[in-house]
Amino acid sequence: MTPWLSLLIVLPLLGGLVLLVVPDRSPAFRRGWALAVSLLVFVLNLAALAHFRDGTSAMQFVESAPWIPALHARYHLGVDGISFPFILLTTLSTVLVVLAGWRVIERQQAAYFAAFLIMEGLMIGVFAALDALLFYLFWEAMLIPMFLIIGIWGGPRRIYATIKFFLYTFLGSVLMLLAILDLAHKTGSFDILAFQRAPLGWGTQIFVFLAFFAAFAVKVPMWPVHTWLPDAHVEAPTGGSVILAAILLKMGAYGFLRFSLPIAPDASRYLAFPMIVLSLIAIVYIAFVALVQDDMKKLVAYSSIAHMGFVTLGFFILFFLFLHPDVAHMGVEGGIFQMISHGFVSGALFLCVGVLYDRLHTREIARYGGVARVMPWFAFFFVLFAMANVALPGTSGFVGEFQVILASWQASHWWGLLAATSLVTGAAYTLWMIRRVVFNPVVHEDVAKLSDLTPREFLVLAPLAVLVLLFGLWPEPILHMMHASVVHLVAQAMRRKLPA
Amino acid sequence: MSLDDLVLGVLLLPLAAALIAGLGRNLVGRTGAHVLTILAVALAFLASALILRRVLADPRPHVFTFYTWMMSGGARFAVGAWIDRLSALMMVVVTFVSLAVHVYTIGYMHDDPGYARFFSYLSLFTFAMLLLVVANNLLELFAGWEGVGLVSYLLIGFWFERPSASRAAVKAFLLNRVGDLAFLLGMAVLFAAVHTLSFRAIFAAAPVLGRTPILGGSGGMTVATAAALLLFVGASAKSAQIPLHAWLPDSMEGPTPISALIHAATMVTAGIYLVARLSPLYVQSATALSVVLLIGALTAFFMGLLGIVATDIKRVIAYSTISQLGYMCAGLGAGAFAAGIFHLVTHAFFKALLFLGAGSVILAMHHEQDMRKMGGLRRFMPVTYITFLVGSFALVAFPGFSGFFSKDAIIDAVGRSPVAGASLAHLLLLGGVFVTALYTFRMVFLVFHGEPRMDEHTRAHLHESPLVVTLPLVALAIPALAAGWVMFRPLLGGSFFAGVFGRLPHGHPLGFVSRNPHLTPLAFVAGAFSEPSFWLMIAGIATAWYGYLYRPAFPARAAAAFHGLYRLFVQKYYVDVFYEVICARAGWLVGRGLSTGGDRLLIDGGLVNGSARLVGAMARRLRPVQNGRLYRYAFVMIAALVAVLGYALLT
Repeated sequence: MTPWLSLLIVLPLLGGLVLLVVPDRSPAFRRGWALAVSLLVFVLNLAALAHFRDGTSAMQFVESAPWIPALHARYHLGVDGISFPFILLTTLSTVLVVLAGWRVIERQQAAYFAAFLIMEGLMIGVFAALDALLFYLFWEAMLIPMFLIIGIWGGPRRIYATIKFFLYTFLGSVLMLLAILDLAHKTGSFDILAFQRAPLGWGTQIFVFLAFFAAFAVKVPMWPVHTWLPDAHVEAPTGGSVILAAILLKMGAYGFLRFSLPIAPDASRYLAFPMIVLSLIAIVYIAFVALVQDDMKKLVAYSSIAHMGFVTLGFFILFFLFLHPDVAHMGVEGGIFQMISHGFVSGALFLCVGVLYDRLHTREIARYGGVARVMPWFAFFFVLFAMANVALPGTSGFVGEFQVILASWQASHWWGLLAATSLVTGAAYTLWMIRRVVFNPVVHEDVAKLSDLTPREFLVLAPLAVLVLLFGLWPEPILHMMHASVVHLVAQAMRRKLPA
Repeated sequence: MSLDDLVLGVLLLPLAAALIAGLGRNLVGRTGAHVLTILAVALAFLASALILRRVLADPRPHVFTFYTWMMSGGARFAVGAWIDRLSALMMVVVTFVSLAVHVYTIGYMHDDPGYARFFSYLSLFTFAMLLLVVANNLLELFAGWEGVGLVSYLLIGFWFERPSASRAAVKAFLLNRVGDLAFLLGMAVLFAAVHTLSFRAIFAAAPVLGRTPILGGSGGMTVATAAALLLFVGASAKSAQIPLHAWLPDSMEGPTPISALIHAATMVTAGIYLVARLSPLYVQSATALSVVLLIGALTAFFMGLLGIVATDIKRVIAYSTISQLGYMCAGLGAGAFAAGIFHLVTHAFFKALLFLGAGSVILAMHHEQDMRKMGGLRRFMPVTYITFLVGSFALVAFPGFSGFFSKDAIIDAVGRSPVAGASLAHLLLLGGVFVTALYTFRMVFLVFHGEPRMDEHTRAHLHESPLVVTLPLVALAIPALAAGWVMFRPLLGGSFFAGVFGRLPHGHPLGFVSRNPHLTPLAFVAGAFSEPSFWLMIAGIATAWYGYLYRPAFPARAAAAFHGLYRLFVQKYYVDVFYEVICARAGWLVGRGLSTGGDRLLIDGGLVNGSARLVGAMARRLRPVQNGRLYRYAFVMIAALVAVLGYALLT
């Protein structure tokens, strides 16, 4: 049996380390190496996909070996239909990010590409870990390269942003560690699947839920612990923003699925209503905040928060759909689909902003206007991704929101209505930005001199455009991949766990 | 060829042409772009005609599934087709008008740098509209629905460097999105009740939905009423009904042929088509029918009034379109679905004709659209004049012209309808006849009659438009003149639409045709002269003649005398002020307030920096981050991590 997951984790980590120690520091080698490694990992991942079986909720590609015997911690990996799509998203995004940083990064190139490769390995580790300690290790280690990416290659206020980013996420993580230790103490191992099976008392469940919530809500991010995200995005280099938006934000939501819901189902049910309220606030409130942003990256960052509101909404409505398990599946699947689609769309939008930033070194909306005149291909992609962002049917952005709105309507008409307002508000902030950047007359001289996409930039955006359309026109393959796992998860979450 | 292959061809040909002309415009060039798109739409038209012939032979609905879009919520969401006489008829109308517009665009957009892009949009629009028409479930219909919204956004903003155009594009998209929000919730209502969105299941369940209260228990609103009303909000945005009509006049910022395509045959009739398609659901809700009827009648009358004061030729036709859509809505609300669709078809022909005629005038006037600067054009542009006159007579429903048959059928049906509110609606529609005649002939007289009022330069260069422009005019003038005679009996007599529409529980508003099996088109025309609508129309034309040819000073005096009313009309009932000043401004202010007050002050200021000392203390400890040595340290940590992992793997 091929240890697919170990390969996927170790290859990029090794590739990144090689980049750091090899003396050949010519830019061509560094880029070429980074691209070769990331492509190899992606191809390997596609090979694994060919072996992945849909229609079962069982863990696949499982690897298990003793790791720290004294603590009963194991090197335990495995994926199901929920985690595997995110590994694919990670390996794809890394390739694109390497390409996007091709010429742009001038300082410490080797370290830059190494950081992204190392990051890739750690992120795959997060999605593949079935041992809570291993999970925690990857989860925390992942912060370091991200911290450095923003802190070294970031904008002028990068130090403020990194500290804010670090504090928010670190404080949450510490609480999570406490919860993990408590669970390990109660079950005698760090096996996540054992955590899920263990009967837990009311107090433990509430504590575990809240501790995990502290870690995951920051990552998603949920209102009101979201304000680190716009700052981090604004200061991060384009590649950092892409990874942050496409993958890192997904880990919080993934954590809810892997830990909170199945481990503490009774507490989840008890606290589902406040979770839904927070999700709806993200959808409604954040859309208005996005409307008034002057900085393109800030706008896209706020848009991310609003879109992630659909994810958590889709998850927690399941506790109000006991009579309609089919619909509960729809909500959870919609949330997961939204995570994947948002990975494409927000990543692509940040790449688009990066294309403009590389040319004029500003992200201020008012400094643009009439870009379609001078950059028609860019305008095509930017408008396409904007349409995906406003959930136009036929793009991947529609699918998840549609499922979540349909499902939440059945949980409560009010929730459905509030969630659906994003159809209008999302279109308002996105299209208003498009209007001021892409349309209107060219008023700035430097905008008139802009050149259209280079072949490399085209190569970065085109695959995302294809994916956004492909999974918008045919979402069934992804949904089919996750369906059995979602059914299993919803059953776990709906079951009562309190000891009789 | 089998029917589903034909339908696929109709859908995919315009899509493929749009993609090639749009993305490969540097490869195929200008000529390639128009040859490809026109060929595709022409083939789609022929295939649509073949499909119509098939369903004429076999009236049962033919339902296909092309592929499964997704399986979720215990239901299958598929992309497929529902081909019956209604959808087949719509396909023919859509592809026919689209074809005319494509040909006309060669001449109209000749000098535009975005030539190929324009053809790409036109074909994409045709595809989205066809998808909407052939859909066999609500979700697929919604996809086409939003698709036409997207292309309309792109078309209105086609001249994106004009701030007014890009503004109108966003406005159109947002107002339509308000409707789409309701549409989506309408789907949610139906999905919760029927557990699928396929038409077949919805139609089968409709009688039950008409009795099931939406909130459980007894009494209150039924599921059918809730769904029908929500979907009608969507339809009213798309079909520019009060109060979501405000985007349509502004959409005139796009180049004229689109205005024609958007208005006449396609986008705006989507709402009408939706209600007609779902008629089995609508007949289950007396409340919903009343709302449709009254909104339609109010729109028909009050939006027509605005056409009397507009000075831009395209805007006059735009208000006329809104008003005519009101007539269609009223017909649907009365339960006379066939009459509503009949008017949709005739209106598609004569309104496309009027828009393209106006485009021809605007070309001759060097892109001047203000009617006050025109006059006397009939001498210079005989073909445009004659065809425009045909369109105008059809619009005012002069007996014998196509619009007469359909509009009088609607007015007659509303007069007989058992739906609540029908008598008020009937009065409004009769008033609308006078208004329509007045604004239409005001336009005709201002543009084509009287003394020329343009400057010398323009006047010296006045000439008839080229053949690619006049040919579509003539091609559209023929159905605008004759369609009524051909379609009157089959469409209204009940044989053509047998089984397509839902029936009202009591009475049938179109009974007048079926009760008189010998009612020929000629008899219908002959009977018109004794109807009040005929004399109201004559009065409207006479008023226009008096005010704009005989006593040209009269309109100014009337405006001065009724100053307040005039101002209300010029300000378009202050609806734009409401949306642009109040709604947009309020949204922006709320955003400012939440951004500054919520995010920056409350959360960052209170929550985050409230624990500033803690943060400060930690920041001091984290300060070594800045000296650049730490990252090496960090990578050592990661190396160690790899070593630990590697160790675990090896053992």
